Amino acid sequence: MRLWNDYHTPTSIEEALQLLAHYQGRARLVAGGTDLLVEIREGRHAPQDALVDVTHIPEMTTHHQEADGTIWLGAAVTHSHIVQSALLTQAATCLVESCGVVGGPQVRNVGTIGGNVAHALPAGDGTTSLVALDATARVVLDGQEQWVPIEQMFKGPGQSLLDPTRDILIGFRFKASGTHEASAFKRIMRPQGVALPILGCAVWVRLTDGQIADARISIAPIGPTPARATVVEEALRGQPANPASIEQAIAVANEALHPRTSKYRATAPYRQEMIAVLLRRTLPLAIDRARTGQAIPEGIGA
Amino acid sequence: MSQLQLIVNGESRLLEIPESRTLAEVLRYDLGLTGTKIGCEEAECGICTVLVDGVPVDSCIYPAFKAKGRHITTIEGLAHDGELHPLQHEFIRHGAVQCGFCTPGLIMTASALLNENDNPSEHDIKVALKDTYCRCTGYTSVVQAIQSAAADLRGDALLPVNEPTIDDPMDYVSRSVPPKGIEDRVTGKAKYTDDYVFEGMLYARTLRSRFPHARVLSIDTSAAKALAGVHAVLTHADVPGQNIHGLVHSDWPVLCGDVVRYMGDAVAIVAADTPEIAEAALKLIQVEYQPLPVVADPKYAHSSEAPVLHPHHATGNLLKHIKVRHGDIEQGFAEADYIVEREYRTPTTEHAFLEPECAIGVPVGYPNHEKLTVYVGSQIPYQDREQIANAMGLPREQVRVIGTLIGGGFGGKEDIAGQIHVAMLATVTGRPVKMLYTRQESLLFHPKRHATIIRIKTGATKDGKLTAVQAELYGDGGAYASLSDKVMTRATTHATGPYTVPHAKIDCYAMYTNNVPSGAFRGFGVTQSAFAVEQNIDILAGMIGIDPIEFRRINAQQVGVTTATGQVLRESVGMLETIDDVQRDMQAHHNGSGFQWTWHKGNKAYAWGIACAYKNTGLGGGAPDWSTAEVEAYEDGTVEVRTSSADMGQGLPHVLAQCAAEELKLPYERVRVLLSDTDLTPDGGPTTASRQTYMSGNAVRHAAVALREAMAQSAAEMMDVPPDQIYYEEGLLRQNGHQVPMGEVVGWMKQNGLAARVRHEYRAPETQPLGTGGDMHVAFSYATQAALVEVDVETGEVHVLKVVSSTDVGRAINPLMLQGQIEGGIVMALGNCLTESYIIEDGVPWSTLLARYKMPSIKHAPQIISHLVEEQVSSGPFGAKGVGEIPSINTSPAICNAIFNATGVRIFSLPVDQDALLRAIKAGQVEVYTAWHDVK
Ligand SMILES: Cc1cc2nc3c(=O)[nH]c(=O)nc-3n(C[C@H](O)[C@H](O)[C@H](O)COP(=O)(O)OP(=O)(O)OC[C@H]3O[C@@H](n4cnc5c(N)ncnc54)[C@H](O)[C@@H]3O)c2cc1C
Ligand code: FES
Ligand code: FES
Repeated sequence: MRLWNDYHTPTSIEEALQLLAHYQGRARLVAGGTDLLVEIREGRHAPQDALVDVTHIPEMTTHHQEADGTIWLGAAVTHSHIVQSALLTQAATCLVESCGVVGGPQVRNVGTIGGNVAHALPAGDGTTSLVALDATARVVLDGQEQWVPIEQMFKGPGQSLLDPTRDILIGFRFKASGTHEASAFKRIMRPQGVALPILGCAVWVRLTDGQIADARISIAPIGPTPARATVVEEALRGQPANPASIEQAIAVANEALHPRTSKYRATAPYRQEMIAVLLRRTLPLAIDRARTGQAIPEGIGA
Repeated sequence: MSQLQLIVNGESRLLEIPESRTLAEVLRYDLGLTGTKIGCEEAECGICTVLVDGVPVDSCIYPAFKAKGRHITTIEGLAHDGELHPLQHEFIRHGAVQCGFCTPGLIMTASALLNENDNPSEHDIKVALKDTYCRCTGYTSVVQAIQSAAADLRGDALLPVNEPTIDDPMDYVSRSVPPKGIEDRVTGKAKYTDDYVFEGMLYARTLRSRFPHARVLSIDTSAAKALAGVHAVLTHADVPGQNIHGLVHSDWPVLCGDVVRYMGDAVAIVAADTPEIAEAALKLIQVEYQPLPVVADPKYAHSSEAPVLHPHHATGNLLKHIKVRHGDIEQGFAEADYIVEREYRTPTTEHAFLEPECAIGVPVGYPNHEKLTVYVGSQIPYQDREQIANAMGLPREQVRVIGTLIGGGFGGKEDIAGQIHVAMLATVTGRPVKMLYTRQESLLFHPKRHATIIRIKTGATKDGKLTAVQAELYGDGGAYASLSDKVMTRATTHATGPYTVPHAKIDCYAMYTNNVPSGAFRGFGVTQSAFAVEQNIDILAGMIGIDPIEFRRINAQQVGVTTATGQVLRESVGMLETIDDVQRDMQAHHNGSGFQWTWHKGNKAYAWGIACAYKNTGLGGGAPDWSTAEVEAYEDGTVEVRTSSADMGQGLPHVLAQCAAEELKLPYERVRVLLSDTDLTPDGGPTTASRQTYMSGNAVRHAAVALREAMAQSAAEMMDVPPDQIYYEEGLLRQNGHQVPMGEVVGWMKQNGLAARVRHEYRAPETQPLGTGGDMHVAFSYATQAALVEVDVETGEVHVLKVVSSTDVGRAINPLMLQGQIEGGIVMALGNCLTESYIIEDGVPWSTLLARYKMPSIKHAPQIISHLVEEQVSSGPFGAKGVGEIPSINTSPAICNAIFNATGVRIFSLPVDQDALLRAIKAGQVEVYTAWHDVK
């Protein structure tokens, strides 16, 4: 089955935009193709007249720390590159942990963080961590290059703000975890059915004098789009970094968060249980990392 | 067309190709590098893995033009100057290659790992190979092979091969010789059906039903026929002979004309210049349907309201009622102090052989083809020929079936797939026609393992003697009979388990429904009944308060026992020894610290669970079972063995070659094996029911003995000595001091008008049909397995850490390859227990993608310790009996017994749902009757 006709590998964003404009809606962006090409084959998307491959555009395939300490992460950086990055391991441990569990090596070697976000699943693993890192996306939207907070990138399940026949996600910016700051990601899978998490959880904390000065928590899927669990964050802020605070936050989470049942994936009550399990596993890990300044990613390739 | 430059295996290649190509297509179809295999085109199976600038990628979804100017390494580029890469020779040496279809993918993925890591741990290997599947080996040998290759590359000594210990090695039999043709499987040279290309070949596709049950009102193919590049569009009206086929019952239309009975039913077929044109043509075929009520479950099928799916079948939707009656069931339960009765459910499961079905039809008169010829990786070439001939309206002799290598079968390649369709299309177009199914079509179409509902009641006395088993089984046979009759018979006759049960009453209802047909699948129905039998045994042991191992020992079948079908076991019952082996290993695991069934550590609960199994060898049940083989000696001192049995990775050729080598005392390397060509090889019967080692092994052995005697006679005349003084050694015929090479004897025979060729038709000892008592089967294999599981009591996740197994195989003809069968069988069964369910919703499959059907990957593979017991059966070749299926039978109940021991929760429906398990643990509920597919 033919999935596309023409294949383009532009080397600049302008060129990519020109190509999209030229095809007038009949061309679509592709990065690793691990979502798109599989979905075309499944018949969930029509075959495309043309694919515009963004993985040859230098600013999209690199990452680095800016002078102000923020991290630039190109949208076309692969999961494997993220996992191998010493910078990200220290500055965004949860992201490394979440990209480290996407698919297997072959998928991680081509699949990109931008594709994960643009695909807009409620629980894309890389996305869950970008939400906890409070990332901002650099996009070309309706012809305008602009910054969009990550949580505003999504319209619904499988629907991002972008129209991949016109718009481009260029990359992300987020603050690197500094001293006394750290993050962690874990997820619960089942061995059957599609490779999507039953529940994923990324947390970021900042400690001051043994207290949780700030926290960001992203648990997915809860709603139709990725979102922060702000009430749980609130419950943690200003609390001592100890098990009692975590249990209290879990109690709040159980009150406030109501995951749904998804066919052949998980029941709502099971997911509810997993909220507690994941918070109990990720928060102490992030706190410990923030305390020690050491971040050794867990579960890579699991 | 655009230009693309690639550097493939070090060579720069300039191609003029469409930009729509994937890298896999370029490699396979434009460059002819067919070592790279395609298994799913979904980025799921990983067997299409190649390296792009050293990085492993799934070539099936990698756009070729993305690789512009890059270095591509494929399996063909690994060996240098004819010297195998260490991974290649270590895969062979450790027995990590069975069907070989996954091998290029595994080796390429592993080679990328070794480039980065010269001493990978088991964990590193599991991470690297997580998404590169093998359905045959069970992965244990794969890990060893990779570590051994790494050692070799570092300049260290190779790892020793983990060979099982065996009783009585002979010269060639019971030796782990490398399988025939194995080198081709590690270099990418091995040719599977889709790797064949014929000049002028067309590509075919099948239009399948849009409804699980509907009347076909009209079919209009005119628009499809008019499409440029289309050469033929055929429907039911074009079937030249009988529009029906089937292995046991003829009930399956070649092309449906009046009614469709499941979503995989074929309605029309197309042959065109390219697969894309054929695909486009399918969309132009107009079919008008009138949907009919759907029969979606076997119990409903049995009710009077259900529409009858096959009006000509005398018992309506009841395909067959199978009964076992033994002793007096009332008395049996009256004698019992404890009785347990439970209902178990097992789902439909998919073989997921990694090679999707493919067939090529070549018309009469095409160069080098004097007959209508079909190339296909088939488990039953002679029955294929018969079914093709019937549908084509031709005498059998005018059809030739040539068996190609099979990339895994496991029972799923017994029924007709595209064989008849390509014969029709080739005949009509006068050109060769290839029909390759996509993975998604394969999932939709081919017969699966029966879903069952098993209600079973077991009674025992307080001192642990089983008194009675009563069971009722429902098997979902799906839309067509396939092998349902035989499979469900096995489920029924084995429903007492491998025990002495004085009273039994078992009823099985094999039902027609509008679901995907069910047929043969490794374990042949016994996998399902054992799930129920072995858990009831553990429940009873708990009620009586007796150790589950002891309970099994007390009731184990032994020589002298009469089975529930009335067969007196006269020899070769190794059940108790298998229990001994497994118990010893379970104890050894605890290092003298005292055996424990269960223990806890943190949030993890650990426990052992045990289960036993037995499985018949051969067709039995009164079916005349025979196999014919031919053995011919040549002047160059070689011998060829010929029979038409299938090699689907289980390694039949080496078994047959070893039997011949042993009888002729001829070095194994000098024995060639030719399989599966209906013009060149005699009928070996179906490759099913664990019968080929026994049946064709015997046929070859007898033929070789007769040839040996004939050659000795001639040698005696040549040397002028009495024939009884001649003995064979290393390819020589000797008589004290004198010797003559075998090849010379063959030359002498030729000159004297004698043929150095013997054909033997081996007939199995007669068996009796079910219900008449007597010997229903020629032999039974036995097995015991213990599984060590870890349950995360916070999440319900289950991991199998270790499986200890012991299997009574009669004799291990090739111990290493046999161990591979056992390891592979165990991991496949682990999938049956924990990962697999083919979901159908009201006749419409949900499991339409490999992404929705997970088989065990290397990360699920437990440590496996397997022992062999060799209680020889006197009628078997050198004492061997069947082994193909037994390892896939008791793993699921062993795991579920372990889960119960760990958590106190018993699982009655597969595959285990961690969600329900956790909720049960939390709620203090002790029985779970739902499975993964019930999460809605
Ligand atoms: C076997 C397998 C296992 C997987 N396991 C996981 C898993 O565990 N967790 C998980 O989260 N995901 C998983 N995935 C999904 C997928 O691999 C990831 O979501 C991946 O990050 C997608 O990236 P990609 O570059 O391949 O996207 P593509 O398929 O190239 O693109 C995805 C979508 O985004 C659009 N797009 C891509 N790049 C851009 C851009 N720069 N700007 C605008 N639009 C763009 C495309 O048009 C398309 O609509 C799995 C996939 C497979 C095949
Ligand atoms: S992953 Fe490419 S064929 Fe399966
Ligand atoms: S040898 Fe791996 S799939 Fe057959």
